[in-house]
Amino acid sequence: MSKAATSKECVAVVGIGQTKHVAARRDVSIAGMVREAARRALQDADLTWSDIDAVVIGKAPDFFEGLMMPELYLADALGAVGKPMLRVHTAGSVGGSTALVASNLVAARVHSTVLTLAFEKQSESNAMWGLSLPIPFQQPLLAGAGGFFAPHIRAYKRRTGAPNTVGSVVAYKDRRNALKNPYAHLHEHDITLEKVQASPMLWDPIRYSETCPSSDGACAMILTDRAGAARAPRPPAWMHGGAMRSEPTMFAGKDFVSPQAGKDCAADVYRQAGIADPRREIDAVEMYVPFSWYEPMWLENLGFAAEGEGWKLTESGVTELDGDLPVNPSGGVLSTNPIGASGMIRFAEAALQVRGLAGEHQVEGARKALGHAYGGGSQFFSMWLVGAEPPTT
Amino acid sequence: MTRDVAIVAFAQSDHLRRTDELSEVEMLMPVLHEVLRRTGLQTSDIGFTCSGSADYLAGRAFSFTMALDGVGAWPPISESHVEMDGAWALYEAWVKILTGDADTALVYAYGKSSPGELRDVLTRQLDPYYVAPLWPDSIALAALQAQALIDAGATDEPALAGIAARSRAAASDNPHAQLKGSVPPGDYLVQPLRTGDCPPIGDGAAAVILAAGDRARELCDRPAWIRGMDHRIEPHSLGVRDLTDSPSTRLAAERAGAFDRPVDTAELHAPFSSQEVVLRAALKLDDRVRVNPSGGALAANPVMAAGLIRLGEAAARIHRGESDRALAHATSGPCLQQNLVAVLEGES
Repeated sequence: MSKAATSKECVAVVGIGQTKHVAARRDVSIAGMVREAARRALQDADLTWSDIDAVVIGKAPDFFEGLMMPELYLADALGAVGKPMLRVHTAGSVGGSTALVASNLVAARVHSTVLTLAFEKQSESNAMWGLSLPIPFQQPLLAGAGGFFAPHIRAYKRRTGAPNTVGSVVAYKDRRNALKNPYAHLHEHDITLEKVQASPMLWDPIRYSETCPSSDGACAMILTDRAGAARAPRPPAWMHGGAMRSEPTMFAGKDFVSPQAGKDCAADVYRQAGIADPRREIDAVEMYVPFSWYEPMWLENLGFAAEGEGWKLTESGVTELDGDLPVNPSGGVLSTNPIGASGMIRFAEAALQVRGLAGEHQVEGARKALGHAYGGGSQFFSMWLVGAEPPTT
Repeated sequence: MTRDVAIVAFAQSDHLRRTDELSEVEMLMPVLHEVLRRTGLQTSDIGFTCSGSADYLAGRAFSFTMALDGVGAWPPISESHVEMDGAWALYEAWVKILTGDADTALVYAYGKSSPGELRDVLTRQLDPYYVAPLWPDSIALAALQAQALIDAGATDEPALAGIAARSRAAASDNPHAQLKGSVPPGDYLVQPLRTGDCPPIGDGAAAVILAAGDRARELCDRPAWIRGMDHRIEPHSLGVRDLTDSPSTRLAAERAGAFDRPVDTAELHAPFSSQEVVLRAALKLDDRVRVNPSGGALAANPVMAAGLIRLGEAAARIHRGESDRALAHATSGPCLQQNLVAVLEGES
């Protein structure tokens, strides 16, 4: 580190806004949808458009809506005219990465108050085929993300001896949690474990009810500095650490079950946040789980469980809303998946938990929470750890 | 925000009309190797990596993930991507270094326009409900802007032809340029713009390395210090903008400190001759400033890399001692909707 380095400015989340996520928002344009989330975030922070210094926006591939570089078209709707506007794209991790890029603007003291927003309006196209890269770039009939991830889940099961039931336990939990979250897409009031287990097999071992939906939705956050946080009408969430890590899509040494980039990213965040024992020190986790089996897999990757032990935490109920380490109290990606926004929703829900504003899905006494996102072929990771108190260092 | 950050190395590909035999990764790899070689750094020495590209050029989702494989991201790296011109990737990397989290950054950008019809592809940037369905292409939109300038008395067709001729002549000294030398004005593409007023369509890549403080001095004899950098966006709808002006460029320049002291060089991302007229006025550049000694975007316009190349070319002139204070500009969107300005200086 060079001598010229200055200490970073503290970053606080003072506003959060989401849309009610649904399969198709036919009542609004893309611009109308993102504006809805942004306005809710401004309202939460008791700020107006003129208080915003810069806008950082993210979404997953442009092909999902058939719109190239949508930040150009969305500048007006997001009050960005006359301001800096950045567009981040890091595949499925993009919502998290977008928030981190925005946080850097505050941490570096380039701007005081930044609006960050991520969205996807998947109803404008077909996400499954948007994710299926054309020949000759990939083998045909990969059929969306499930086709890519199923073999890695099978590898996890083989490696750890996890029983077949674990995936459905996660899905059943997340779908029940979603019932407590008014913004969640899937509200399956009649959900039972048996129904999850009886749902059709899509990509063995992934069943229909163990997959994420395709959602329309947006999530926005207002990030600000210490002075901005002091003016906030509601408790802020303080950023204690944030990091991104990437590794190649595929190479002989890659561990698709527990990628090194995920481990390194978590380790960096814990180091920044002074977390020595994540299992004990973190009160809630919003984890990117698009297919139910990724909960036990990421529990290990993120250091909450020893290798091969993640499924035991899940099976024992530790990750339930009233468990010792609630995972996805919001219902998670399994219940709501506007892809480009899903990572930011994880980050925002973690912040809601430590602000004590998560409503019915609030984890009692949550003081530190982790937001996690991943993307590509399990190759892009972004995470942040937020706390109810400002960082002490 | 008191850290000094500099561009310490720049490399670019030769810009070609088509590169059918090369994948994006193959086009990018020599550029990455070249920029690292210039500093002696390896991928594992880089603190942060950021890239700029757009899926729509290649016609497939997640095109940038393949480029990452080319970078050699193992062990895993701290990395990010903007779906924008690489100039904005450089901005993100600059901010990252300012936080103190990284001392060096690799920034790269690439664009292959040859797989598709660029004029059609760029219409997908427009308002998807009211404008894009009409398929107004990038040259037609630039022609609207050119005609507005002519109507306002800001320029005329011979003056535009003069800008094009000067740019292509300057590009004669640029081994990477796609169009150089005596290029005839040609016929109208969309009146009042002739072939000569428009950029070549081509494929290309570029990369720079940034470093902070003493690290920059170790890596480069004469670092190009970033004295300020800012970018601003304007309304999307052409109907609510004065196409003869660029308030976003002016504001970005002001915030970047461009008006504090005169610059000797300006690398402007003006794909159309008429856009140089707008930018010169917004940036208050007089005839003493050497504008686009590289030939600018009229000589080579690899979409998504052309803005980063402006920053790289300005920095390279400082590295070579040919400039002491240079302005670099990048643009995005129809008719200069979004603009970035950086001020670079060499230590005397």
